Parts: sequence; C-alpha cells; structure tokens
Amino acid sequence: MTSPGVAVEPHLRCAREAGRKILVTYMTGGLVADWVRYVEAMADAGADAVEIGIPFSDPVMDGPTIQEASGAALARGVTPASILDDVARAQVEVPLVAMTYYNLVARAGHVRFARQLAASGVRGAIVADIPLEESAGWEADAGESGVETVLLAAPVSSDDRLAEICRRSHGFVYGVNVMGVTGERARLSTSAEILAKRLKAVTDLPVVMGFGVSTPEQAATVAAYADGAVVASALMRMVLAGAGPAEVADTVKAFRAAIG
Amino acid sequence: MSSDLKMADPGPTGRFGEFGGMYVPESLVPACAEVERFFRSAWQDPAFRGRLDALLADYAGRPTPLTRAERLSEALGVDVFLKREDLTHTGSHKINNVLGQGLLTLAMGKKRMVAETGAGQHGVATATAAALFGLECVVYMGEVDTERQALNVFRMKLLGARVEPVRSGSRTLKDAVNEAMRDWVATVEDTHYCLGSVMGPHPYPWMVREFQSVIGNEAREQCRKVLGGADPDFVVACVGGGSNAAGTFAGFVSTRARLVGVEAAGGAAVGRGIPGVLHGMRSYLLQDEWGQILEAESISAGLDYPGIGPEHAWLADAGRAEYHSASDAEVLDALKLLARTEGIIPALEPAHALAWLVRATRDGIVPAGSTVMMTLSGRGDKDAETVMGLLQEGSV
Repeated sequence: MTSPGVAVEPHLRCAREAGRKILVTYMTGGLVADWVRYVEAMADAGADAVEIGIPFSDPVMDGPTIQEASGAALARGVTPASILDDVARAQVEVPLVAMTYYNLVARAGHVRFARQLAASGVRGAIVADIPLEESAGWEADAGESGVETVLLAAPVSSDDRLAEICRRSHGFVYGVNVMGVTGERARLSTSAEILAKRLKAVTDLPVVMGFGVSTPEQAATVAAYADGAVVASALMRMVLAGAGPAEVADTVKAFRAAIG
Repeated sequence: MSSDLKMADPGPTGRFGEFGGMYVPESLVPACAEVERFFRSAWQDPAFRGRLDALLADYAGRPTPLTRAERLSEALGVDVFLKREDLTHTGSHKINNVLGQGLLTLAMGKKRMVAETGAGQHGVATATAAALFGLECVVYMGEVDTERQALNVFRMKLLGARVEPVRSGSRTLKDAVNEAMRDWVATVEDTHYCLGSVMGPHPYPWMVREFQSVIGNEAREQCRKVLGGADPDFVVACVGGGSNAAGTFAGFVSTRARLVGVEAAGGAAVGRGIPGVLHGMRSYLLQDEWGQILEAESISAGLDYPGIGPEHAWLADAGRAEYHSASDAEVLDALKLLARTEGIIPALEPAHALAWLVRATRDGIVPAGSTVMMTLSGRGDKDAETVMGLLQEGSV
C-alpha cells in the first residue's frame, strides 16, 4: 500500500547528503481559515519539512505564542479531524509532521489516530508530553501505519537516554535547545551546542534543533552544530499579527538563506 | 468488600492498575526521577521522619482532634465524627504535604518552590513552608481564582511569596498547574515543584498520599478509642484532585469501612470523566470527544479540577471506594447546617462531603445509627465572602 505524503527520514537524509542544512517550520493547524496556504508557502520558500500543530487545550510544553495560536485555532472550532481533512488537500512535496499532545492521540486510540495521519499524508508525529517510558506502544502502532515517531531529546537527558532516544526515533531526532517551553529568546543557551554535539556523536539520524530559534542568525548557529533547525514561534507570531502567506514565506526564505 | 486491597507503593512505574504513570516531556524526566529517589530514601529515613513529625506536632498542631458532632448527629440520625484538619496551622490539611515537600526541597539542595493553587489553601500552605524553610516561593493561581480568593492572595504575599495570576485557558486550577509545570521545566535545576494534590506524574500521587496519610492514621486510632475498638461504618471526604481523601482512605483502606469520596457536581471526574492523560498522569478526566479538556465548574475553587488523582480512579474501578457528587445548592445548605449545629464554619470543599452525607442519610444509603467519620479538610474563613455573595443573591 502506498501512502500519500512524503516519508520523513529519506527526504531529510537526501537533503543532508546534498550538503543542505535542514529547515523545519511549523504551522498551527486551523489557526486561520486559509492555514494550508501557509504550509504550502513555507514549503515553497525552502522548508524541508513542515510541522502541523494539532492544538490541545492544555499545551504545557508551549510558551505564550504557540499557546495563543492553539487557543485561537480551538476557538475557531477546529478538531484533529478537520485539520487532517484540510491538510489532505495541501499541495506540498516535503514531509509533514504532526506536533501534538498525547491525550488527543489516546482519545482517538493509537491505531485510529495513526491511520488518520497517514491517510492525510502526514507521515511523522511528535507527541510532546510523553517520555520513552510511556511512548513505546504509540511508536509501534504509528510505525505499523507508516507514521514515523520523532522523539525529543533534552539537555538534561543522560547519555543512556540519548542513546535510547536516538535508537527509537524515526524521521529525525528533535534536540530541545533549552530547558523550558517553546518561544522566542533573545539568545540561545550554550545547552543547544552541547546537546547537538552529544546527539551527533551517537546517531546517524538527522539531528534537528528546536525551541527558541527566533532569528535567521540563531538558526544558522544551531544548524551548524547539528543538521538543521526548527522555527515555530517566530512564524506564528507573524500569523497572529495578521501576516499573509507571502510575508511568512519571505521570512522562511531569510531563514533558508541563513542556514545554508 | 475487598479489605485486602492496599494503598501501597506503586513502584518505579507509578501505576495504580491502569492509572497513574509518568507522562511528562523528556525535559522533566530527570526531575521526576530525582524527586522519587529523594522521597523514597527520605520516607525510610528515621531522621527525616523525626523532623517531619516534630514539625507536624510543634508547628502545624497535630494530632488534630476527632470531634463527636452531637447536634449534627442528632439532626441526621447517624453518629458523625469530624476529623478536624481545619484546626491545623494555615487552616487546612494542605500543611501536612507542604511540610514534607519543604523538607524534601532542602534535602535536594534546591532553593525555590513553585506551586499551583485553586482555592489558595495550598498556595498559602506552600508560602508558609517556604517562609519557614527560607525558600523562594512562586504560586501560580488562575486569574478567576485570584478574584474569588483575594484574601488568600494577600496572605501569600504577606508570607513573602510571589503570586502569578494565570490568564490562559479557563484561568482556574488546571491552568495554574500548566503554568507551574512550564516554570518548573525552565528552572528545574534549583526549583522543586510542590504539587498540592495526589495528582501529576509519578511520584507525586504516591508521595502526597503518604504525606497526607497522617490524617487517616490518626483518625483510625481516634475512632477505635471512641468506638470501643471498632472502625466507623462510613469514611467520607471531599475530592478535587483528592489529597485529603487519599490521606484519609489510606488509614481505613484495610478496615471494613465504606470509603466515600465526594466531588463537585460540576467537576465530577469519576462520575462523568473518561480515562485520559493530563498533567503527567493517566486518570479519569472531563474531556470532549476529541480529547480536549473541559472546564470544571464549581463554587468551590478547590474542587474546580477536571481530573482526579489516579489512585482514586483505581480505587473506584476496583470498587473499594465509591465516588459521588454534590451540587452547589446542597453544599451551601450543608455549610449552614454545620455552622448552626456545631458552631463550625467549614470550607466549601468539605461542605461537599457533608452535603452528600445529608442526602445519603435522607435516602437511607447511610442507615440510621451508622457511624460516620468525615474529614473536615479546612475551615471556612477563606470562603466567607463567596458564601455571603451567594446568600445575598438569594440562591439559598
């Protein structure tokens, strides 16, 4: 059976082999009526993968910007199903990765949730609020449906845990730059460089660093230690302020140009 | 009744049957593991236990009395005994837990405590422990709750704590927990999250139950003294997250007593909830068909929580404890009844336990002549303004 959408890991490995740093952008599903156009614009502007936020009522890992975006999307009445219906119509040639919280997955049931993602062309998933100890069941069920589970690694993860995370992660491994929630920061902590290097030392998976990447310069800095960077809040702040897809695409281009 | 069932150490996975667990982001795993390691060792350390017992006695005023409520008993036709947590320092059972977690914070070498609070009782208790132990303290409180519990906000500030109003989500207890967790993930190196109930990720549901088990252990011995060696027929406590109920039940789970937890009708997680994952635990949650968490609604800020501690979920499924709910109107009636028959103004939270008892005696669920041990988890001073407003509106 061939699933719609683009598989995450082969695409990102290809980019890396071509000597390109990986740029992952983020869009909150359902934030505005034409939100899928933002996803398309990000991909056209040079994103190598786009995360689709499936908003949860209680996003404990998110800072003020993504909280506001999630709240605004939920206030529009969007649901995981309506977001996936929308995204199935997206015209993109890069992988899409769902970013969400575990209760939405558990409520639907692992298998049903994974199948819905796969049917909509979303081939990766990040479940932000479960650790290794609780995620094995989901990883297996997702894998069966062709959904790659991307695991997060933190600056405080022990060497043993980093090795386990890298062994079990699919698509790429998501390095969390800072201890804290998502959101823009004036400068990035030294923990980003340290974690990126620790990850690169133990895995061949693409290593992409996120949380707090606010400017093209910061993205270039973290991407240099690793294989790439995730940009989320900086873009969502623009959308919340009313920026259109073209304006957001210009910013994505600036990130693209900076990281190389 | 399966009286061989125990409220035991859930082990490293923190599971109570299918409930509990440790559903936290990777960034918080080492911190939860550290709390577990320190608690596990402290709880077996006679020196730690000695320090805690001394504080509970000399600072918090334990043991609290068990009061035979004679005129209330006469009104209800059953024998009611009240475990008087309202008489502790700071006026609620919350002090039992924060003294334990405060000592643990010192043992871990941390300098700062963060806490969530609903009614403000846990916030006040945490601010109190922080002052006592010389720790910095930040309390997150939903903006709605800072308004309905203004006096407690002032008390926390007077005690030297910073109170951060939470403006996200429903601006009540669940959002205060979210914000406390967001603080903790960024400050975990020098900060302990002093969670106020038997909820959250492992080891909190277990640890907080152990710190609160002093309520049930004292009450069991006190009951045996006044009942000629017997245990009460019913043991009743209110449940939001469920800490006073868990501490109470821990003392009676091995007896023949029927254990009853009473939730707010607008936040009845056992009655109307569905298993799910929030705030680090798997338990019954009020949620919609997609898994979005619903807002609990109650006149009592302390019970305004859409979930319940995982051990309660397990006790409910195992049939060892039963969970009922009381409506706002029943609660106000019960509060007035206790005030007028016993000269005790309870907090709105334990007034839920009494409201159920009033209904259950009337309906014959609690037969005439039964003995009932009810935990009076806190005093009513903090709610005086709320109750005054409701009574003036003529809603009772």
